Amino acid sequence: MTLTRRQALGLSAGAAAFLAFGTKAGLAASDATEAAIKAFTGGAMPGSGKVSLDTPEIAENGNTVPVGVSVDSPMTADNYVVAVMILADGNPNPAVATFNFSTMSGSAEAKTRIRLAKTQNVIAVAKMSDGSTYMDTKEVKVTIGGCGG
Amino acid sequence: MAAPKPRVKVPKKASKGEVITIKTLISHPMESGQRKDKEGNLIPRQIINKFTCEFNGQTVFSCDMDPAVSANPYMEFSAKVEESGTFKFTWVDDDGSVYETENEIAVS
Repeated sequence: MTLTRRQALGLSAGAAAFLAFGTKAGLAASDATEAAIKAFTGGAMPGSGKVSLDTPEIAENGNTVPVGVSVDSPMTADNYVVAVMILADGNPNPAVATFNFSTMSGSAEAKTRIRLAKTQNVIAVAKMSDGSTYMDTKEVKVTIGGCGG
Repeated sequence: MAAPKPRVKVPKKASKGEVITIKTLISHPMESGQRKDKEGNLIPRQIINKFTCEFNGQTVFSCDMDPAVSANPYMEFSAKVEESGTFKFTWVDDDGSVYETENEIAVS
């Protein structure tokens, strides 16, 4: 991809913003992330396991980072995954997307492409039909942020 | 902005009870509301906030999207098919526009 002048300007503006507010925004984002997780699970902190998040270790372009999530579940009428929420704790707003599954999904897997502003943790939280929740976290190193660009 | 154009990949045939993979993509800028124009004014947010896939009228998969989803949002997910029918895909824009497309599948 060649960088147009407009994109280049946007990127440098984004970088400047991070230099100015980097540490402060980082702290605020993790609180917001925790709040988002609690709102999703109903107050409990999710357990580990079952969910697996598939992200690249290094993303050259933060504008389109491929992210896949799969949850170990039989997906039958009495035991299935209700929803999976994806969060990025270093973005200006940690919410990324929520996938809602059904028993007709067959398997609890979904892939999409997301924006990441900087190197940060991507979090997936899964909610099962019995109310239990699980999460997985992966760090993604971002070379060029997708915040202003 | 050109009208968003949905593209969907669904197998034409499947066997009963098979779990198929569906891929969708729609052309849309997904303006995040974080960017600024040349004068430093914020460009207002305009994204697709909801995607739904229905099979014969029943919701199979849906996704609530936030501005952190990339431009031209891509979705890949699976569905278990028990009978022939029609997949209906719906995208809802922040401005209220709805984009739809349908795909048929023959199950044997």
